[in-house]
Amino acid sequence: MSDTSGQTPHYPFSPPGALEPPQEWAPLREGCPVASIRLASGDESVLLTRYADVRQLLSDPRFTHHLDSADAANITANESGGVFGSGGTNMGADTHRQWRQLIGKAFTAKRVSAMQPGIEAMAEHLVDEMIKQGSPADLAGALGFPLPVWVICDLLGVPDSDRDRFSYWSDTMLSLTRFTQVEIDAAQAEFDDYLRAHVAAKRATPGDDLISELISLVGALDGRMTEEIMMLTAKGLLVAGHETTSNMIGKMVAMLLADRGRWEQLLADRSLIRLAVEESLRYDANPGFGIPRYISEEIQVDDITVPAGTTVVCNLAAANRDERQFDHAADMDLTRSPNPHLAFGAGPYACLGQALARTELQTVLKVLLDRLPTLELAVPVADLARREGLIVGGLRQVPVRW
Amino acid sequence: MNIAVDQDKCCGAGQCALLAPEVFDQGEDDGIVILLNPSPAERFRAAVREAADVCPASAITVDLRP
Repeated sequence: MSDTSGQTPHYPFSPPGALEPPQEWAPLREGCPVASIRLASGDESVLLTRYADVRQLLSDPRFTHHLDSADAANITANESGGVFGSGGTNMGADTHRQWRQLIGKAFTAKRVSAMQPGIEAMAEHLVDEMIKQGSPADLAGALGFPLPVWVICDLLGVPDSDRDRFSYWSDTMLSLTRFTQVEIDAAQAEFDDYLRAHVAAKRATPGDDLISELISLVGALDGRMTEEIMMLTAKGLLVAGHETTSNMIGKMVAMLLADRGRWEQLLADRSLIRLAVEESLRYDANPGFGIPRYISEEIQVDDITVPAGTTVVCNLAAANRDERQFDHAADMDLTRSPNPHLAFGAGPYACLGQALARTELQTVLKVLLDRLPTLELAVPVADLARREGLIVGGLRQVPVRW
Repeated sequence: MNIAVDQDKCCGAGQCALLAPEVFDQGEDDGIVILLNPSPAERFRAAVREAADVCPASAITVDLRP
């Protein structure tokens, strides 16, 4: 954990290109797998970059991402800490497990598979619109950004007309530096009001959406799950399911088109779609900040003692490029199997919506290969630019033509 | 081939149920893994191994001995 350069590096790092990993990762993985870093807030933290270390820490149920202890590092430049601040649900392991089981039923493989035809119809509609507007187009704006909002709004029973407002609220809640504290507070208040009204409306007239189902569960559980937790759950699902998937759609398509041989490989063999999605998730060098863990009791990582009170950041993307775990980790291989990447985290707090995210990504790819086989990037890869200042990483635009 | 699952570790990701639906299912009420067949036929070997390899909770163990 010692700082050999004499100066603690600022985190997150800047990559040389929008699809490339920061140069810091490989030397850290090799020589300094438990590294001191300085966050946007100025606080110090510790960064993990090896697959085994990240997996070990994420799988340890003692440690969570709740950073409201007095000595926990503040991740963001604004005061509240955004999505990792005190606004989240503060649950212990047992409560978390109960909550997770309640919500988990909405995201089983079977339920998500049943949603697939609806998702495919949404994707086809959006691609039709993009084709109508004409080539070239920004695939991130035309397809990547709207699709997951449509899916989540559908899941929550939110009307189509409110999708744009949801996108904005989702954006502000994930801000590291892009919005001011005043803007974030205002958006959170608006979102709370909206959700409260939405929950009340669903209580009066239940539908076949997740909110209505949650309401009946809260009633049945008699206090086991408070209404406040339900509100935060609804918010969490939207935030977790929107930006992440939106950005991943854009990055996946950009990575597959950056070397058009990859796209042609998929055109020739559609059965590779599932593995191509997994490899895109592994290969994504820009997933965002990483997953923080507050270390509440001393642990050993790579024979190095991490003292209680440390805030550790698990860099999933750096771990996904660890040669100790993946052969030819620096190459994108659309036939890689098995692919136990950590894009959705690992352990008891692994991403709840991963089956849904996978289905959305696979569906997007299928629809694009069917409808636009001649798809290609409309700009050189070097001109792709990252979205800055959000916790979730993405590309500002994905200009394509066909 | 003999399979064991740890329901306390399971996080309900559902990868196993997608990869080998003849062997794994998820509980309707909680999404937690249900082992349908602890000693499946050899033809499921590849799918079962992949399910165990990619399980984010490391909740599946496979003993490949017959």
